Amino acid sequence: MDPTAGDLNGEHSMGTTIIGVSYNGGVVLGADSRTSTGMYVANRASDKITQLTDNVYVCRSGSAADSQVISDYVRYFLHQHTIQLGQPATVKVAANLVRLLAYNNKNMLQTGLIVGGWDKYEGGKIYGIPLGGTVLEQPFAIGGSGSSYLYGFFDQAWKADMTQEEAEKLVVKAVSLAIARDGASGGVIRTVTINSDGVTRKFYPGDEHPLWHEELEAQNSLLDILATGTPEPMVS
Amino acid sequence: MSKVAIDMPPKGGFSFDLCKRNDMLVKNGLKMPSFLKTGTTIVGLIFQDGVILGADTRATEGPIVADKNCEKIHYIAPNIYCCGAGTAADTEAVTDMISSQLTLHRYHTGRESRVVTALSLLKSHLFNYQGHVSAALVLGGVDITGPHLHTIYPHGSTDTLPYATMGSGSLAAMAIFESKYREGLTRDEGVELVAEAIRSGIFNDLGSGSNVDICVLTKGHKEYLRNHETPNPRTYVSEKGYSFSKKTEILLTKITPLVEKIEIIEGGDAMEE
Repeated sequence: MDPTAGDLNGEHSMGTTIIGVSYNGGVVLGADSRTSTGMYVANRASDKITQLTDNVYVCRSGSAADSQVISDYVRYFLHQHTIQLGQPATVKVAANLVRLLAYNNKNMLQTGLIVGGWDKYEGGKIYGIPLGGTVLEQPFAIGGSGSSYLYGFFDQAWKADMTQEEAEKLVVKAVSLAIARDGASGGVIRTVTINSDGVTRKFYPGDEHPLWHEELEAQNSLLDILATGTPEPMVS
Repeated sequence: MSKVAIDMPPKGGFSFDLCKRNDMLVKNGLKMPSFLKTGTTIVGLIFQDGVILGADTRATEGPIVADKNCEKIHYIAPNIYCCGAGTAADTEAVTDMISSQLTLHRYHTGRESRVVTALSLLKSHLFNYQGHVSAALVLGGVDITGPHLHTIYPHGSTDTLPYATMGSGSLAAMAIFESKYREGLTRDEGVELVAEAIRSGIFNDLGSGSNVDICVLTKGHKEYLRNHETPNPRTYVSEKGYSFSKKTEILLTKITPLVEKIEIIEGGDAMEE
């Protein structure tokens, strides 16, 4: 069987780089956009930052099916919880609902999640929920296959009490560094900033990523040259 | 004293006797028949007025072409159609099942079905079977909220995309889409692009072949173009025809069409409580 195509009906995993960073006043969540089956990129523009409530979002990594199903269940539970509580759900409750599903079904699930949001009691909070179903409140969290390349970077670059711009810049820089080194991460960089004013989504297409060592600049695609209708003759 | 065998009545439930026989046959060297798979190229794209779905028509059983002209674009609702790749029985069964569930849902709600409803029903069914229902689907339709196109994978994950390809010929078809797709295609441009993508799968993938089926879905209107293109006609037909041996029995068939008999009753009793 063609090794590049692999098993096209195999389990979809989001190779992924996902990041959540809290700053004074809120959180910034970031992710790449590549979903792969083996060596084939099934979706090059996926959205891995999924909404759970108006003020809580989750970054998904690992098995696409498992993480989508968990997000759907938790969104449903949180909706009921909000109705019963009479006010918006807190980030801690959202993270714990995710944790209950992830821990109690740990034998069958293969997904790492980062829950981030803002509520009026605790402000911006990030909760990391890796494979076994632990829940850990952290000032910043990284996950996915691309995160291996970011541990040292964050040890050096992260500092407490950043502003919103600093946090956003840090997230975009980190995701682009991981994309440069991890084959299973790629595509566009998506960020979601959540604070008391609400939610802002930002999108950085492939040619707007910062460049690192030895990377080529964004080229005009050969398709554009062909589309103009007068391709220059090849000269050796 | 000879043993008397008492005929016990069957206890009910599944009888596993044939399973034992199958195991014995496999142990003695028989190869189990493989599933009828649709090797397949299936595609979908969103154009300015709605959604266009396309599929090839080859169904394979291992290396043999079992059906040269099968239908891979399945009906889900009047405004929603679904292309299926993978095991043919699984795609047929799962799309029929969700189609029935949606009909009941329409009776309950009194509204036109939405694509996201079909999506949720399909995704939760496939996730529950953990990938063993081998159905990879391209679901498209137009409802009150607009045109939608989704891909659904056997493990239950879904993607929402402006253009999508699935099946063994998906790489060939995606190459066409990635180079020629743009937003705001007209109907004819869209149909031509979909046909080109399917043709690319038919000619470059061994698991896909025969003809191109297309389905165009717009607000309030659907066009099912069965065998829109037939780029693989049978080119050689022997002039001599078939000659059968003398022993062959020739059967005659007589087909009597059924005529509907409509009887109108004059008067009659009024319906009473």
